[in-house]
Amino acid sequence: MKALALKDLRKTYHGGTEALKGIDLEVEEGDFFALLGPNGAGKTTAIGIVTSLVNKTSGQVEVFGNNIDRELEAAKSCIGLVPQEINFNQFEKVENIVVNQAGYYGIPRPLAQQRAERYLRQLDLWGKRHDISRSLSGGMKRRLMIARALVHEPRLLILDEPTAGVDIEIRRSMWRFLRQINGEGTTIILTTHYLEEAESLCRNIAIIDHGRIIEHDRMANLLRKLHKEVFVLTLKEPVTAAPHLPGYRVELTDPTSLEVEVSQNEGLNQLFRLLEQSNVEVSSLRNKANRLEELFVRLVENGSDRDEGVGHAS
Amino acid sequence: MLPRRQLVGLWTIVYREVTRILRIWVQTLVPPVITMTLYFIIFGNLIGRRIGEMGGFDYMQYIAPGLIMMSVITNSYGNVVSSFFGAKFGKYIEEMLVSPLPNWLIVVGYMAGGMTRGLLVGLIVTAIALFFTELQVHNWFVTLSVVLLTAAVFSLGGLINAVFAKKFDDISIVPTFILTPLTYLGGVFYSVQLLPPFWRDVSMFNPILYMVNAFREGILGVSDIPLGLAYAIIVLFLVLLFTACLVLLNRGVGIRE
Ligand SMILES: Nc1ncnc2c1ncn2[C@@H]1O[C@H](COP(=O)(O)OP(=O)(O)O)[C@@H](O)[C@H]1O
Ligand SMILES: [Mg+2]
Repeated sequence: MKALALKDLRKTYHGGTEALKGIDLEVEEGDFFALLGPNGAGKTTAIGIVTSLVNKTSGQVEVFGNNIDRELEAAKSCIGLVPQEINFNQFEKVENIVVNQAGYYGIPRPLAQQRAERYLRQLDLWGKRHDISRSLSGGMKRRLMIARALVHEPRLLILDEPTAGVDIEIRRSMWRFLRQINGEGTTIILTTHYLEEAESLCRNIAIIDHGRIIEHDRMANLLRKLHKEVFVLTLKEPVTAAPHLPGYRVELTDPTSLEVEVSQNEGLNQLFRLLEQSNVEVSSLRNKANRLEELFVRLVENGSDRDEGVGHAS
Repeated sequence: MLPRRQLVGLWTIVYREVTRILRIWVQTLVPPVITMTLYFIIFGNLIGRRIGEMGGFDYMQYIAPGLIMMSVITNSYGNVVSSFFGAKFGKYIEEMLVSPLPNWLIVVGYMAGGMTRGLLVGLIVTAIALFFTELQVHNWFVTLSVVLLTAAVFSLGGLINAVFAKKFDDISIVPTFILTPLTYLGGVFYSVQLLPPFWRDVSMFNPILYMVNAFREGILGVSDIPLGLAYAIIVLFLVLLFTACLVLLNRGVGIRE
């Protein structure tokens, strides 16, 4: 069963910004999924459409098989959302925020109160339940939004940059908590612009940039791709078939161009030894542009403000 | 959503709204007490004594139903416009938008909240009126149904205002420039029979006139307007405004990108 399926999803905002240019995405039930991309890539827009906060321009969204155009209420019941920005009533008491949210999902008050207690305790907020939410610290506000998102026990939990501006201690304890929830069967989708976060939590990943999905793969495969370089070798003599180079992935793109994938820690000596044995003469060699790598360079630049930003981030 | 769950959802909104009204009672319940007391003292007591009778009643008695209605109108409207706009402004409207609550239920919930404040203030103003004059309810059914329907109409009006409002100024424009003038010209302080024919005809386009007169009919048994026509107009507005609210929320106007 797919927890989430997006088909050719597009969004153009009033004013013409094309935030999503046709994205396809599938997330399996039980998965821990990362949607990674730099600021402005379209992550929040995509999540907004899935959770009914943003109207789509075109495309299809299914949540556990429920199409949001036809079975909206069923789709909504499956989702818990932790948004990027604070969106609770800052003048309301912590406990009321969680209990009211349960009410919107039709959970009777006594049960809502039990659930609120369970999740507020799990997120270390029970002692603050009578406090006005405005008085909470940044990390506590995020945790309150997690408790609120879980109170109707959704099958799919979506978190939009949950750890932005949260200090490292709290970030780690949040990660532990999310792993536990996922272990208990809740599908989790998390957006982030930190590869490190996606790497440590997620099994599958999609990378979004400029409103397009540019990678959609298992985490392990992506990391392998990231640590590989592709070299383009120009051959002196044309060949008809790619030479046999054991241990390397090789592709003949035209009779004199050979593309070879090399792991970053391997070096090139072995490759040239094998080429020599196959009597292939190489006239020149260049690095193939790696769009993933380019993207990550940007992500890292983006992310470098992270630890300086902690504390005085919104 | 199953009907039982919808009921829980509706109750959650209403309970939250009523708690809000009581929590900020200094903003919600006290101001009408002060203004209405002043109205009764100045218009009723001081000026009214010189006016004498209107519509066969003591002037104070004549304006009491109008003043009650005026506070019901302002407070129903004011409750929804500020509560809904506050939810938009603070983004916590999103809590409801992501939930499976159907839009009609959100509308009904806010309407019930606005009606509660309208009725609560109406009761308080009635109590104040009783310090100044005697009121005997001529027809309970008319009195209660008109006050409930009117409160509902203006609650919905407040919701529409809040949907379009982009900043705090926008929630006071309609009350100041439309609602207050229409109320003053809606027969709260005088019988339209006193007006020259032209202005009497113009007044007939003012929906508040029908509400005030129907309510006065309920309490005093006198009205400038046939009761059936008044009900028809009020119900028509109720249906129109409810539909408008539903269409706006379904389209996501002002609340969804
Ligand atoms: N409400 C909006 N109106 C107009 N443009 C918007 C709006 N929200 C986001 N955008 C634009 O859409 C693009 C994607 O934004 P967003 O989905 O917030 O990206 P991300 O969450 O990945 O940072 C950006 O170019 C952003 O400026
Ligand atoms: Mg975002």
